[in-house]
Amino acid sequence: MLRDKRLYLEDLTVSFDGSKALNGLTLYVEPGELLCVIGPNGAGKTTMMDVITGKTRPDYGTAWFGSDIDLLKLSEAEIVAAGIARKFQRPTVFEQLTVFENLEMASAGCRSFLKTLRARLTAAEKERIEEVLEIIGLSGHRWALGRVLAHGQKQWLEIGMLLMQNPELLLVDEPVAGMTPAEIERTAELLLSLEGEHSIVVVEHDMSFVRSIARRVVVLHEGRVIADGDMDKVQRDPRVIEVYLGV
Amino acid sequence: MKKRLPLGGQWPFVPLLALGAALAVYAQPAKDAAFLGVLGELQQASYADKAAIVERLSQTGHSSVRAVLAALLDERLYTRNSDQKVFIVKSTDADPLQLVDPVSLRDAGSASADSFTAIGTNNALRHQVRITLARFSLSSSDAAVRLDAVRELLQSLDDPTVALLRQRLRVEKNSSVRNEIDTGLALAALDGSDRQARLEAIATLHSSLSQNVRNRLASLLDRSSDGSFVESDAKIRQAAISAIAGIDERRQFYSAAETLFFGLSLGSVLVLIAIGLAITFGVMRVINMAHGELMMLGAYTTYAVQVVMPGHIGISILVAIPAAFLVAGLTGVLIERTVIRFLYGRPLETLLATFGVSLILQQAVRSIFSPLNRSVITPAWMSGSLRLNDALELTYNRLYIVVFALIVFGVVLLVLKRTRVGLDIRAVAQNRAMAKAMGIRTEWVDAMTFGLGSGIAGVAGVALSQLTNVGPNLGQSYIIDSFLVVVFGGVGNLWGSLIGGMSMGIVNNLLEPYAGAVLAKIFVLIALILFIQARPRGLFPQAGRSAEDE
Amino acid sequence: MFRPGRPLLLHDRAGTWFLAVLALVALVVPLLNQVLSASSPLHMSQYGVTLIGKYLCYGMLALAIDLIWGYCGILSLGHAAFFAIGGYAMGMYLMREIGPRGVYGNPVLPDFMVFLNWKSLPWFWYGFNHFLFAMAMVVAVPALLAWIFGWFAFRSRVTGVYFSIITQALTYALMLAFFRNNMGFGGNNGFTDFKDILGFDLHSDGTHVVLLVLTAIALAGSYLACLAIVESRAGRVIRAIRDAESRSRFLGYPVESFKLWLFVFSAVIAGIAGALYVPQIGIINPSEFAPINSIEAVIWVAVGGRGTLYGATAGAVLVNYGKTYLTGAFPEVWLYVLGALFVLVTLLLPRGIAGLIPARIKEAKRTAGGTPKMDRADIKAEAIGSNESPS
Repeated sequence: MLRDKRLYLEDLTVSFDGSKALNGLTLYVEPGELLCVIGPNGAGKTTMMDVITGKTRPDYGTAWFGSDIDLLKLSEAEIVAAGIARKFQRPTVFEQLTVFENLEMASAGCRSFLKTLRARLTAAEKERIEEVLEIIGLSGHRWALGRVLAHGQKQWLEIGMLLMQNPELLLVDEPVAGMTPAEIERTAELLLSLEGEHSIVVVEHDMSFVRSIARRVVVLHEGRVIADGDMDKVQRDPRVIEVYLGV
Repeated sequence: MKKRLPLGGQWPFVPLLALGAALAVYAQPAKDAAFLGVLGELQQASYADKAAIVERLSQTGHSSVRAVLAALLDERLYTRNSDQKVFIVKSTDADPLQLVDPVSLRDAGSASADSFTAIGTNNALRHQVRITLARFSLSSSDAAVRLDAVRELLQSLDDPTVALLRQRLRVEKNSSVRNEIDTGLALAALDGSDRQARLEAIATLHSSLSQNVRNRLASLLDRSSDGSFVESDAKIRQAAISAIAGIDERRQFYSAAETLFFGLSLGSVLVLIAIGLAITFGVMRVINMAHGELMMLGAYTTYAVQVVMPGHIGISILVAIPAAFLVAGLTGVLIERTVIRFLYGRPLETLLATFGVSLILQQAVRSIFSPLNRSVITPAWMSGSLRLNDALELTYNRLYIVVFALIVFGVVLLVLKRTRVGLDIRAVAQNRAMAKAMGIRTEWVDAMTFGLGSGIAGVAGVALSQLTNVGPNLGQSYIIDSFLVVVFGGVGNLWGSLIGGMSMGIVNNLLEPYAGAVLAKIFVLIALILFIQARPRGLFPQAGRSAEDE
Repeated sequence: MFRPGRPLLLHDRAGTWFLAVLALVALVVPLLNQVLSASSPLHMSQYGVTLIGKYLCYGMLALAIDLIWGYCGILSLGHAAFFAIGGYAMGMYLMREIGPRGVYGNPVLPDFMVFLNWKSLPWFWYGFNHFLFAMAMVVAVPALLAWIFGWFAFRSRVTGVYFSIITQALTYALMLAFFRNNMGFGGNNGFTDFKDILGFDLHSDGTHVVLLVLTAIALAGSYLACLAIVESRAGRVIRAIRDAESRSRFLGYPVESFKLWLFVFSAVIAGIAGALYVPQIGIINPSEFAPINSIEAVIWVAVGGRGTLYGATAGAVLVNYGKTYLTGAFPEVWLYVLGALFVLVTLLLPRGIAGLIPARIKEAKRTAGGTPKMDRADIKAEAIGSNESPS
């Protein structure tokens, strides 16, 4: 290895009730890289994310974050604190709080009751919130309640909430499901803008979206990687064609 | 065709029977006369003589001896002043006296008390009469009478009585009477001097369960005031110690069994209440705070049924069960249609609204009936108890309730698992949207489910009416316990309710003698909170959804 | 605290009115009692003063419940237990104050202990002859109980209806315990026949007036304290926990810790309310622990409007006034009315009476998804070249 990678997944194996969700999966993610993971249903994409975030423990294999953080030894909360953020499929912003307050909730900083009681919004925090508002494009909606946002806006808000934690690695699960074409385009822009500063792993089904953002595409099938490269290379791979039957 | 003789080949017996009957008819008046003669002597005799007369009376073997002696014991034998004829009277309080002929035991009219004199008794005479009666009753055909007779005789054992009892033992078929005679004779032998006989007696008593026997054996180990043993024979004392140990062990076992039984009966009530709750909560996610009041309605229905048919208490319970089911069930459907229907998906609001309903129901009952408790009569076939042995007695009402709860549980299980309605209910419980998409009328199913749960609560009320007072607050006393059962057993799971209810009933009863009712309750509460730590969803959690997912 | 465009969620004008009315009551009622003579038609009798004081204490209890229910979604059906515990602590002080003036004349032992033939004071009564110690207990005991109970309950993620049922069981168990004569708390008679507090005669008008004012101050103080919590970032976290608990946990917030702090603080308010209640009413007994008391308190909050703080207090005063009136005039009717209140409020008035205030109606429209015109235009402009309307 020439330089340190952000994420090392080696030989991960996870079985549920006899069948293998992950079967010797090996994957490396570079710092600042934006990579898409695709694959048919049941290929193991969600399970892979679960292992990374500590929700599921593998039966076999290793998972390292950077060169010195063993993910398999940390709890979910510790993994979040280490700098890995995950966005789930369904947007779960706080409906009764404003966009601004949602981001405030997500901001890095103390979480104890007593501290939050006395907390005043510092200039630095305010600045960061404004910054993120800008990135996700919701500056004009900062006082709108989460409830009234459009679906796409909720997804962006949620990405914004992840960004508030300054994560080094972002795991994004099917971000554009249910979005309008305009919203999809906007989302692509957003994710591309984050590249470089953060490592991002995006799981998606929508192929045109994948094409628009992917430098690197990884194809999973039956719990292991079967293809890894840029979109063209992957699309021409015979194994991928066989698995997808005409992508 | 051959002509058939009447009775076939048995015809020679006919004249013989006729002869016997004739003899009896002729012999009877002679017997009667002898009996009456002896009876007539009673009035004038002294007490000492009366005792002898009583003896002779019994020896006549007349069929009325028992009745006459019993009357004498009660001081109900009177002599008519005019002709010294003896009569039995029905009651000494009445005037005019109702007379009974001592020979035929038939009514003999009535007469004023002034023309009669009672035949007096004293303690010694009554004692003698009792013994005589007992001896007489030893050969009664009713085992219960024989048992009482044996007990009576054992109270004053003398050699002829012992001999009589031994004689009876040879022919006695009924096991409890035999047991009684054995025990009695053994106790008597203890007082003797023959060591062998005494050791044998102790060996016999070893298998007894009676407190009396134990006390008697314990007295063998008494010390007198100077510290030495009253019983000088060490071997006897040894045998007594081991016999006592044996008796204590067995009594303890039965005592535990009795506690278990009480726990089961309390648990049965909890199960009956919890089944209804489990259905409404598990299927509909509805916390029904009025559940206790529906149970109360069932109990009041039982009362009302008994008021309407006062002469048929025996079947009142059987009528009350479906009646209570209907009353409570319909009330439940009404509540569902008017209140709960609008609150689906909001369990906390349902809790509050149904609490309001419970208040209204309570107050309505207070206004219609009265704020005071009403008493529900236990029918004859449910009274009394099953006496398994000297240490274990199971009251029938509790026994019936345990059986009843199991039956109800079985029926509900059957309805849910085997009927179409049950299938619909389960479908709606597991996936409402899907069930709707398949054409199941979910609104109708909701009403039915709530009605079913409420109806079972009503039936629980019928059972409860047999155990405790029926009042407007009946529901309140059990509602908390029943919720705890549901929380413990797992929401929506019938088996959870069964096991949860039974175990809570048993645990409660185990603790009560040691800790008292209050501390037992506190302890159960704390134990439950700790249990919830380990298993937040109860013993048998409903797979998939949690109570908070809406 | 007020930012342009920010919804008037919390301390709106109604809250200010609430404090104003409270101040008015605290000023006027003492005047009506002390200054006007007894023959004047506007004179407020001691009974009236006590009644208002009682309402204010209940208002505090309602406040405590609203804090955890309206803002954090924790429905405690046993909160009157904390009220009662605070009351008992104050009662213990008052009993010791009686001293040798009791029926049996024992300078140390209260009458009921003499009656039970007890020779000495149980250990848990030590120190209650000191006012400050007793006041410390008024705060500490409910807090401790809430802490232990809450720790077990929240830690095992018991929420929703399960939690409510268990709080019912808690208060029920406490009621049974305090009914026992040999617990040392007066058994089913409780404590009564108080003589004075800090030397002031408990039967005099002056003392009652002072207690009323103190209660009003305590109520105002609790309101402001709750407001401070609710308006802070902690308050936003708490509301987030109410709406999306697992999401909050996922964001790294120690949900159980927040709930526990709030629960304990709420218990302390309830305890103080109880402690102010007892010297005014003159008696405390185990029926204060009765489950129905806690449930009634919840309906005060529901009627007044939960999630508003002042609404809860207003609800408490309103419902209790109704209860006083009805139990006097038509006693049979009261339970029907109470039951109907439960049903109707949950069905028809989920936001309580406070929900009928114009400012809140506007806010409700906002949260229901209809946006005021201004925002809608903004969102439309944002939607780049699409014909889709926002959700």
